[in-house]
Amino acid sequence: MTQQAVTANLLGDGRVAFLTWDGDWSDNVADSHIATSDEESEWLLETAQRAVAAQVAVDPYLIEIDASSGSAWPVQRREQIRAAGPTGTINTLSDASVDGLKRVA
Amino acid sequence: MTLVKNGAVVENEWVTVDDDTIVPIDQPAIVSANRWRNEKERLRQRNVPIGLRLSSDAVVDDIADALDTIELIALEFPAFTDGRSYSTARLLRERFGFEGEIRAVGQILRDQAQFMLRCGFDAFELAPGANVDEWIDGLSEIAIHYQPAADTRTSTAVLRHR
Amino acid sequence: MYRYDAYDSQLVGERVAQFRDQVQRRLDGALSEDEFRPLRLLNGLYLQLHAYMLRVAIPYGTLSSEQMRMLAHIARRYDKGYGHFTTRQNIQFNWTKLEEAPDILTDLAKVEMHAIQTSGNTIRNTTADPFAGVAADEIEDPRITCEIIRQWSTLHPEFSFLPRKFKIAVTGAYEDRAAVRVHDIGLAMQRNEAGEVGFEVMVGGGQGRTPMIAKTIRDFLPKDQLLSYLEAILRVYNLAGRRDNKYKARIKILVHELGTEVFRDQVEAEWEQLRDAGPNLDSAEVERIAAFFDPPSYEPAETSGYNAKLFEDHAFSDWARTNVARHKQSGYAIVSVSLKPEGEAPGDATAEQMDAMAEFAERYSLGEIRVTHEQNLVLPYVRQSDLYALWQGLRTQGLSTANIGLISDIIACPGLDYCGLATTRSIPVAQRISRLFANLDRQHDIGELRLKISGCINACGHHHVGHIGILGVDRKGEEYYQITLGGRADENAAIGKIIGPAFSSDNVVDAIETLVNIYLEQRYDGERFVDTYERIGQSPFKEALYDAR
Repeated sequence: MTQQAVTANLLGDGRVAFLTWDGDWSDNVADSHIATSDEESEWLLETAQRAVAAQVAVDPYLIEIDASSGSAWPVQRREQIRAAGPTGTINTLSDASVDGLKRVA
Repeated sequence: MTLVKNGAVVENEWVTVDDDTIVPIDQPAIVSANRWRNEKERLRQRNVPIGLRLSSDAVVDDIADALDTIELIALEFPAFTDGRSYSTARLLRERFGFEGEIRAVGQILRDQAQFMLRCGFDAFELAPGANVDEWIDGLSEIAIHYQPAADTRTSTAVLRHR
Repeated sequence: MYRYDAYDSQLVGERVAQFRDQVQRRLDGALSEDEFRPLRLLNGLYLQLHAYMLRVAIPYGTLSSEQMRMLAHIARRYDKGYGHFTTRQNIQFNWTKLEEAPDILTDLAKVEMHAIQTSGNTIRNTTADPFAGVAADEIEDPRITCEIIRQWSTLHPEFSFLPRKFKIAVTGAYEDRAAVRVHDIGLAMQRNEAGEVGFEVMVGGGQGRTPMIAKTIRDFLPKDQLLSYLEAILRVYNLAGRRDNKYKARIKILVHELGTEVFRDQVEAEWEQLRDAGPNLDSAEVERIAAFFDPPSYEPAETSGYNAKLFEDHAFSDWARTNVARHKQSGYAIVSVSLKPEGEAPGDATAEQMDAMAEFAERYSLGEIRVTHEQNLVLPYVRQSDLYALWQGLRTQGLSTANIGLISDIIACPGLDYCGLATTRSIPVAQRISRLFANLDRQHDIGELRLKISGCINACGHHHVGHIGILGVDRKGEEYYQITLGGRADENAAIGKIIGPAFSSDNVVDAIETLVNIYLEQRYDGERFVDTYERIGQSPFKEALYDAR
């Protein structure tokens, strides 16, 4: 199967976040806990649902990840843009996402 | 089930009866519009009040002949976002002059209560666990009303020129 | 412009307090996301791709300089220093926080603004001709009507949970600059034979998946009967509009499925019951509202300096040709300020530009600004003798692009760069087209050409009514763009026709250039792109696009 990670928006500030190995949330997709089996994906989603119940995250879901280059990067364009910021307006990007932007297909 | 009527918690004297359950002879009962149509004559002969429960797609004209007999109409909200019963309530009050209880049942939020009140609802069946005090506060959060509706509140257009 | 009295202020204040409480209950967990979503949407707060997006209402697109400064403050304090003016004459901030949304609304209330009903299945901000009050061809300022509708529709207890969103547009002029025929209700002011003012009432226009031109259900509705008639339309729709399928829930589908005649009969029957008992305003209230829109006291005309500058300065005369429109008062001009500079996101303005616009409005335009549905700004009261100084000021702010109505004056939705619904990007396509046609002389030679881009089938970028429309479609993860030709949003509104298979992202910009070249080859003197298209039809364009491949 493909590798998967869990993403959501944080409740309070709405920012894009990825579920990390220690069960926390990061704005950097490279920090994502990568699931390599259906069971692990399921377990990740359950972890995320607990964050929903605790008023931390909103609407979590699984995304496909490509980690072949060494660091995790989303497969879908929509998720790439969520990870890196808008592609059309350079001045709005966060510093962390500028490298990621170059990889948006 | 908690019932809020006219801004206070009240005892619910009514029983809601399924179509295949016997209608009690000694307690006010709420029946479906369908059952009303089928058993009209018999239901009219009871000596206790009868009410109707209408789904959100009900057409008021279809039950107009019942309005002089019944004392309560329960309007259903199958979802928070299904707004048909707001119009139905206004028609009942303003077009048909119905003066009995209009009760909101189903998926309702306290944040919608004031809209319902203005459309002619006077009773609300709260979801289990709902905070009753908050509900009652919700009935008066906004004091300014730009438009007339089925209630007696005066619209700004009138207040401004008094 | 309209100013709040104590009632208006109290209502907005109460609504802010109510929303603050709703937000707190969500953050505390008393409300689930499913319960909170319809509540935040009643107040313009979306959760988009990157963050919460707050849409602020700009009633009928009219802003004071003080309000514009507050928008700049919000962009700086709560966002990333910019905002996006929308096709509904509103502004949206893309990077807000839920925790701060109540504070933003508190700040907005200080300048008589709010976000009430800028989303959700409610009656939205009523839009108007951006030249309202100053257009030479106007019967009456449509903003009087819009303000009456704004108040009637605000927190309307019966119509806050409609089958779907509901948009009303009003024009008081013959030339339709408000696209009224692609709205749920379009109102076009008319005079009857007795000289009384009323409206042609059009219903069921719209874009989205099923674009439709509105049908006229009443040729003349007396002005003082407007609200009862609107209430009748909305009641028929609220009760009978489809709720089983959100893509079929707009009023246009109801009108289409019932047929215009049956729909009209239902509305008229409901109106018969309402017209005496309904929400119509008495004349005192109408006069109170109308007085806010009385024309200003104009100064005597003084035009000689302006005419001299037109001769002396080529760049200025280019700008004046496209961005300056005729004012009903001689000696004055209506100035359109383009938010479409080369290579930028259409409709975006930085906080600095907003502050500068406030400054220009105070110095040159009686403190008033308009927002157009084409995502530009307007200064409605500029003396012709001030035009040169204003233009020089605009130049220092990147606001002097001389492209109003030209090919680079593109309407584009935010697309996949921001929007949770989009399937493809629209801003980068707009940017590439504006770069390709960067040469202003070439643009002026091409003349009026309305190009509109949507990043998905919901058509927020109005592609259906673009002379050239571009619709982004996702094909197995690749962005493709379908081209339509011949759409119009004006008084001869029409839905564009798809010309053929979609183009890849790499090829779509070249395809636009090919279409423009065919027009340039085929046009008669004085013909716009859309005129040539209507005369020669699709074939020459189609052949040029597809036969060579």
